[in-house]
Amino acid sequence: MTRTLKNTFAALLIAAALAGQTAPVTLTAPTTPRKRVSVDGFLQRWLLLEPIPAAGLTDSAVRAAIQKEYFPKQLEVLPRDGDKVTVGDKPLTWHAVDTANYNVNLYHFAHALGLKTSDVLFWAVILVESPREMQNVRLAIGSNAASVWWLNGQETISIYGDRQTVIDDGVSKRLTLRKGTNVLRAAIINGGGATDFCARFLDENDRPIRDLTAMLPAAP
Amino acid sequence: MDIIVSIMKAALPLLLALAPKLFALDGQVNIHDPSTVVLCSGKYYTYGTGGTSLVSDDGWTWRRGTPLPRRGLAPDIYFSGDRYYVYVAANIGAQPKAAVNMISSKTLDPASPDYKWEEGGVVASSDGIEDANAIDPGILLDPTTKRLWLTYGSYFGYIRLVELDPKTGKRLHPGDKPVNIAINSEASILIYHDGWYYLLVTHGSCCRGADSGYNIRVGRARKVTGPFLDNMGVDMIQGGGKLFAGSSGRMIGPGHFGLLDVGDGVQKFSLHYEADLDRGGASVLDIRPLLWRDGWPVAGENVQEGTYEIQSLRTGTSLELAVEGFPVGGRPVRRGPPPGGRPPGGGPPQGGPPPGGMFAGTGVPIPNQDVAQVSQKWPAGEIETRLANYLCQAQQKWTVTPVAGAGGYPGSPYFKITITDTGRALAASSGGELTTVPSFTGAPEQLWRIDQLTDGSWRIMPKAVPGTSEPLVLSAVGSSFATLSKFDPASDKQRWLLRKP
Repeated sequence: MTRTLKNTFAALLIAAALAGQTAPVTLTAPTTPRKRVSVDGFLQRWLLLEPIPAAGLTDSAVRAAIQKEYFPKQLEVLPRDGDKVTVGDKPLTWHAVDTANYNVNLYHFAHALGLKTSDVLFWAVILVESPREMQNVRLAIGSNAASVWWLNGQETISIYGDRQTVIDDGVSKRLTLRKGTNVLRAAIINGGGATDFCARFLDENDRPIRDLTAMLPAAP
Repeated sequence: MDIIVSIMKAALPLLLALAPKLFALDGQVNIHDPSTVVLCSGKYYTYGTGGTSLVSDDGWTWRRGTPLPRRGLAPDIYFSGDRYYVYVAANIGAQPKAAVNMISSKTLDPASPDYKWEEGGVVASSDGIEDANAIDPGILLDPTTKRLWLTYGSYFGYIRLVELDPKTGKRLHPGDKPVNIAINSEASILIYHDGWYYLLVTHGSCCRGADSGYNIRVGRARKVTGPFLDNMGVDMIQGGGKLFAGSSGRMIGPGHFGLLDVGDGVQKFSLHYEADLDRGGASVLDIRPLLWRDGWPVAGENVQEGTYEIQSLRTGTSLELAVEGFPVGGRPVRRGPPPGGRPPGGGPPQGGPPPGGMFAGTGVPIPNQDVAQVSQKWPAGEIETRLANYLCQAQQKWTVTPVAGAGGYPGSPYFKITITDTGRALAASSGGELTTVPSFTGAPEQLWRIDQLTDGSWRIMPKAVPGTSEPLVLSAVGSSFATLSKFDPASDKQRWLLRKP
């Protein structure tokens, strides 16, 4: 697992540095298989797909963007670091990243790879391990800009428009986290400029849940 | 004269329709000098001068109750232990010779076998010579010391303070000299709040219908014995008093403050108006929100029928239908190339921003959105809600309308909350969430209680939530979504501003 991680995002960071680009300081390649959420409950490990061109941040534009099939089983796939998909005629790579902050800076991510940061859609996936079944919890996210979120295949949050990342901007209805593995997936669409997101779970009293663990999908 | 009278009669319905609609309680609300409103076995009770008794199941609709066995002037009441203690004054011959008597009962419900009044005797009096008139009793059970205090008095001299025994309701030290704490007032009562004792009294003349100058004034002190100073530092014993409630609208002559704490930090107060012009100038009971600002009590207003933006105090975002908004006046349109640009094929420059620059607007007023037009793309069934920046769009405007015959709560009827100029109604849904339904049906989950909180913001609460008996209120969960959750008096999550759009 560790070797694979070093072969993807870390290698690209080196390549970017060699190309004279400034490497992002907030994202690094994971070095462990599991990462507990931050003290404020934020998920700091994610699998990110290289950006896909997309335009429009209105409700209808975002709905149209996420309903389009870019690659097979895009709402089901559990990618591994380094996996590739083909969107149109272009191969795109999934990258595992850890963020040093509460948020995941997608601008850093794409810019470090020399990829477009404006008018793009990012897919993000992570496994969330819960030590027990948790009822009446809420997914709480913030994103720049619009985003749509699925937990275990069910759409739970959608926020639209040109917006900045605010902690707990979009909050789901009450839901249940399964004991064991849960799949959290997001599509974040940026118009122009900075782009990032953050996500955590809140308990029934709106307090961050701190005993969750982010995991990358295991190798087949 | 006859022509003028005829014109006035003809115009009266129109004038009443145009007047701001205040919801001064429903039912039989005629009373003068009401006591503090108290709750007993799920019913609200108040007692007034001359044996008047009012009772209500919900604090909104009132009816005549059973008179007290001892009739008199301006009673007050409090509950302690297992008994209700009522203090009733009566003049003994000509004023200012008077006495305050106490009676007590385990219940205020005449249908209960425990409804038995016992005489407790005189707790304060005036001899007709001294500078006091022992009427208009007011009771404070000090929440910090558990000591019980009685104030009394009218325009003959001073407002006076004596201590009572909280176990018996009787005078604690009959030989002690009463403390003079105010003058030139009546209907006195003390309340305690955040380290201060507040003395509320009524100034002005009573009992003259629409010509009554009654108004409620207040001073405060660190000690229960005073001195009670107003906001300008004038001692109430020298006539001071900050205005708390005066005549407003068509309600003339407020007097006789009584605190009604409905729990969870929500406070209200009872009073009477000398004249409700919409009720022919009758003296009526009312219940209004009690607010606090800069250390002073402020008389709030019950929510009025109207159209509002419902803004979260937590986030600053506003409740809206979860539908795609459309900018008022249409989306901005670029008008060709920038100034100096030339059209393809040459020719003089064309297009560019409108006269005055790109920030000059259209030069004419932009009308409000026509909800019939913008709602054509809205789904037909239930539509969820969310929070967003207020942009004066149709899906962000809510009309609050009282619902006749649906009951109420202290001070107000239940309301329906609909998207303005539509029938689409806000509703509680199962699981403690929110939705909107295409049309209002009167179901309890579509009825809303709207209480003004002590900071002037509002708590918005459905009458019922499907699937639970737990009382839940409208709550901002994050910046962009609302839900229903248990009320937390210390949080801004459940505080809302009702702003004119």
